[in-house]
Amino acid sequence: MSARETFLAEAAKRILITDGAFGTEIQNWKLSEADYAGDLGLTHDQKGNNDILALTKPEVPEAIHRAYFEAGADIAETNTFSANRISQADYGAEHLVREINVESAKLARRLADEYQAKDGRPRFVAGAIGPTNKTLSLSPDVNDPGYREIDWDTLTDVYKEQAAALVEGGADFILIETVFDTLNAKAGIMAVRQLEQELGREVPIMLSMTLTDLSGRNLSGHTVEAFWHAVRHAKPITIGLNCSFGATQLRPHVKTLAETADTLIMIYPNAGLPNELGEYDEMPGTTAGFVGEWAIAGQVNVLGGCCGSTPAHIKAIADKVAAMPPRTLPQLEAVTRLAGLEPFILPA
Amino acid sequence: MTSIAPASTGARFVNIGERTNVTGSAKFKKLIMAGDYPAAVEVARQQVENGAQVIDVNMDEGLLDAVEAMTTYLKLIAAEPDIARVPVMVDSSKWDVIEAGLKCVSGKPIVNSISMKEGEGQFLEQARKCMDYGAAVVVMAFDETGQADTKERKIEICKRAYALLTGIGFPPEDIIFDPNVFAVATGIEEHDRYGLDFIEAVAEIRAACPHVHFSGGLSNLSFSFRGNEIVRRAMHSVFLYYAIPAGLDMAIVNAGQLDVYDQIDPALRDACEDVIMMRNPGIGPDGKTATERLIDLAESYKGKDVVAEKAAEEWRGWDVVKRLEHALVRGIDAYVVEDTEEARAAIFARGGRPIEVIEGPLMGGMNVVGDLFGSGKMFLPQVVKSARVMKKAVAHLIPYIEADKLPGAKAKGRIIMATVKGDVHDIGKNIVGVVLQCNGYEVIDLGVMVPWSRILESANENQADIIGLSGLITPSLDEMVTVAEEMQRAEMNIPLLIGGATTSKVHTALRIDPAYTGPVIHVLDASRAVGVASQLLSDTQAEGFKSSVSIDYEKVREARANKGQSDLLPLADARANAFPADFALKAAAPIEPGLHVFEEWDLADLAETIDWTPFFRAWELAGNYPAILTDEVVGESASSLFADAQAMLAKIIDEKWLTAKGVCAFWPAHRDGDDVLLEDGTRIPMLRQQVKKSRGRANFCLADFIDTQDDWLGGFAVGIHGIEPHLARFQAAHDDYSDILLKALADRFAEAFAERLHAHVRTKLWGYAPDEQFTNEALIREEYRGIRPAPGYPACPDHSLKPILFDLLKASDNAGIILTESQAMLPTAAVSGFYFAHPESQYFGVARIGRDQLEDYATRRGVDLPTAERWLRPNLD
Repeated sequence: MSARETFLAEAAKRILITDGAFGTEIQNWKLSEADYAGDLGLTHDQKGNNDILALTKPEVPEAIHRAYFEAGADIAETNTFSANRISQADYGAEHLVREINVESAKLARRLADEYQAKDGRPRFVAGAIGPTNKTLSLSPDVNDPGYREIDWDTLTDVYKEQAAALVEGGADFILIETVFDTLNAKAGIMAVRQLEQELGREVPIMLSMTLTDLSGRNLSGHTVEAFWHAVRHAKPITIGLNCSFGATQLRPHVKTLAETADTLIMIYPNAGLPNELGEYDEMPGTTAGFVGEWAIAGQVNVLGGCCGSTPAHIKAIADKVAAMPPRTLPQLEAVTRLAGLEPFILPA
Repeated sequence: MTSIAPASTGARFVNIGERTNVTGSAKFKKLIMAGDYPAAVEVARQQVENGAQVIDVNMDEGLLDAVEAMTTYLKLIAAEPDIARVPVMVDSSKWDVIEAGLKCVSGKPIVNSISMKEGEGQFLEQARKCMDYGAAVVVMAFDETGQADTKERKIEICKRAYALLTGIGFPPEDIIFDPNVFAVATGIEEHDRYGLDFIEAVAEIRAACPHVHFSGGLSNLSFSFRGNEIVRRAMHSVFLYYAIPAGLDMAIVNAGQLDVYDQIDPALRDACEDVIMMRNPGIGPDGKTATERLIDLAESYKGKDVVAEKAAEEWRGWDVVKRLEHALVRGIDAYVVEDTEEARAAIFARGGRPIEVIEGPLMGGMNVVGDLFGSGKMFLPQVVKSARVMKKAVAHLIPYIEADKLPGAKAKGRIIMATVKGDVHDIGKNIVGVVLQCNGYEVIDLGVMVPWSRILESANENQADIIGLSGLITPSLDEMVTVAEEMQRAEMNIPLLIGGATTSKVHTALRIDPAYTGPVIHVLDASRAVGVASQLLSDTQAEGFKSSVSIDYEKVREARANKGQSDLLPLADARANAFPADFALKAAAPIEPGLHVFEEWDLADLAETIDWTPFFRAWELAGNYPAILTDEVVGESASSLFADAQAMLAKIIDEKWLTAKGVCAFWPAHRDGDDVLLEDGTRIPMLRQQVKKSRGRANFCLADFIDTQDDWLGGFAVGIHGIEPHLARFQAAHDDYSDILLKALADRFAEAFAERLHAHVRTKLWGYAPDEQFTNEALIREEYRGIRPAPGYPACPDHSLKPILFDLLKASDNAGIILTESQAMLPTAAVSGFYFAHPESQYFGVARIGRDQLEDYATRRGVDLPTAERWLRPNLD
């Protein structure tokens, strides 16, 4: 069976669990600049370059992956959110993009296989691709709304480089996550399509949008439904929401997505909203209670956590939904689903 | 007249804005050529504002760098949320321009167009790219040998393209065929069938290729009449009239340049139909072909300005009612203010009221618009134009209507109206809004595609009395359920009105009503809106109306589900889900137990506690005190009313018009099942919520707030006496205003007394909150600890508990209050209820109960079943 088929088969049985935050977990290690930099001889300060730990201190991401697998995760998301040419340029490490992604994917693959071998339950590796810090839809210059910092072809190449390395390292899927700009996501989809053509095989895509306001739009202004219309051509194995808000704030938008998308729904919210100190203090049981509501309502297939979530959160979620049935996919009519910032449906 | 019955098509036909197309708009071309992009962006904005559901962007002009122009323009409109909300059609005959455009367009656009002109290989390569970019695609009926002209060629090419596209996994619903509209009436016989061929081909392709759509460029059809706009417009309208039912679902067209089918000069319309539909082929009895007849006729329409002026002069000479109808149907706003004024003056002259202009000619005209729209003879953008004319007319009338109103009768209520998220149809909603406004309601229209969060926000901000939701498309039904659920979650209780073409009483009863415990009412049409709204906001009719609607809906549910009990828990299960009050927190025994009588509470003290908001509501002035005094709409009359009230209040107090008598008492009690059992053996049975709860909510019963041992229950009754001689005095003087004012103030005194006495009980007599310090506003918001539910109200719906309470209090002796046989209190300005002191006690509605509880209750209450049924009717199925 292909990874897609195995995943779908598992998802038909139960609600699957993806992992939680890496950034906040890495902070707990209180690493020094030297820990990050290793002996790569880079000229820039590497502190905060979490992704480079795959090369300089792989025991850190390994420990975190292990903690999440122990907590009950079915999916490991590679620690590669910023492992793209644009983001790594800030660390003077753009020449290491391929290596970081290959090593990160290999690490996650090795651990996934190890845990799968232990209990026979399939584990998956999602190669995580962040949005980069450039946007195709918005001008950074208020006086020149037509200006863009980056163009489609450049961004597509950036994504393709990363996706190719992740697949080379053993990722089952490419997870285009924290999508604040829908057009960036579309470029990401194009990159994976091009990669598929080169490899001559399917590379399933997971998509995860991030909302920037409570009315349910991302930064580029798309509603949840408009986003779904805009990316449905990717035939994503999962679509969902992550980051920005806690489960409470995401609730109505999860419902909308669950009703409109005919693919698996994956939601991994932050552990609530940060407190005055910028810390996430929502307790694991609380988060699990919130996401459990979606499970009860039959709205989700994959659950996990984003910023502020810990292995304890993932365990609480996994325990909470263990016995709950997964969402069944809605049968959608064959109608034309177009979108601007808002969805537009042309009846059949 | 015609053999093809047109379907109702208005809502399904998509108008694609063509003003942002350099080949279709000279003005746009000029702006782009001059590099005036800001002005060019405004063109797109206007198109969307005018109702374009998709905007077509085309930069195919030989002197332009089309790639540069396309990408620049698309990036600029992406920065305008008002424009970018609709999908874009990336239109070019050059693939590199299309692809450059696709790299700048987010959402899901339409590519216009690709074809098999250069062979299958290129066609499929471009189609694959469209799939990878996530775009729907217009496929021209064009192959290696050329453009499809005949019906057979159109069908053959489209079928072949369909097979190829679906063969590579292209979603069929993302295919839009353009089977080529060609010019007819060219004088060349082979061209005669072009119109009909297109229409017939569409019907056949649609049958053979599931899920596809059809588009067409209309302007080609009438190419031979260029320069003669009247004939061209008539041809386009006639063509659409037949092509839409056949399956044409979108067209690049300037909506403003379409005629209403029924409004085309019949001679011209007939001639156009003969030509387009080939109704009388060959040479007719007059020795002419259909084309020749149209060309002859067209001569008389040449020099369109002259003709248009003539036509204009002609309708300007009609009677004013006809003129208003004409203006509404045609969407002409140039004369509407003067015509409306003329109609108003005429009605005024014969003693009529300004509102009659709306109820008469304006609504009459809108009905014509509605009928034309409903029968597919008018298209959505035209209807929107009509609505604008209507709004202008109404705006002119508003000052007159305001002035015409009786004093103090302004703004009967504030209604939030919105077309729900995901739906853009608002004609019905707008009409309902106009009707409500015209009848004295304040309507806050949030527009279309309104998410529930905004609806709730606005309702709260504006203290709305009613929320009205509208929607035309079926998914809106679910969205309405979501709004209802969110209103429930927000613990709102204002009525929710449901309207719109696909809504129904059955859906409302089955899906929306159960999601919200406040009233939910399906409003069949605009004409019912006023009746529904006025009953909902009436002090006297609201409860009766709400319960009759809820009983009605319950019947619908029963009939539908055949097991209407399904959403009720068995009584035992409801009891098992009782509210688990923490009795470690229960109040201590009263400091001064027993009965307390207040012969004459100081009115000046009560005056300070008055909650003025309900006072204004009694006068049909919506708004909360004190904001109401400066309210934009009712502020003036509220202020003047408030001044009068203060003056009378001073007299009432100084001259001792009224006397406030009251009694309260506390009794040792404990809980016995769902009953509260007093030490003297009096049993006070309570009702428990039986509706299935989610999210861990308990099934409440007032008994849940009383401990199973060593607890206390309180009770009270207060009344305002002495009003009668004063009312008689006012009535004798025909002073209705003072009569109503005094009654309203007496009611306020009674409520204030109940509130004041409760505070006295909490701080002194029972004394469980000796230190509480609340402002009057906080008291009104019931922020204090403990509740005082009244028999006959939601938490304790059995009115017939009042006699028990009154006996315990000896209320008729101690407070001079008696009960009528239907348990109404006399004097009417009176309040009674129980006191629950537990800090977790709260108000709730018992709502619907099952037969099992009814029977159980009757036994506990010691009455026979029919008696219990009579008192609990509103809570039964």
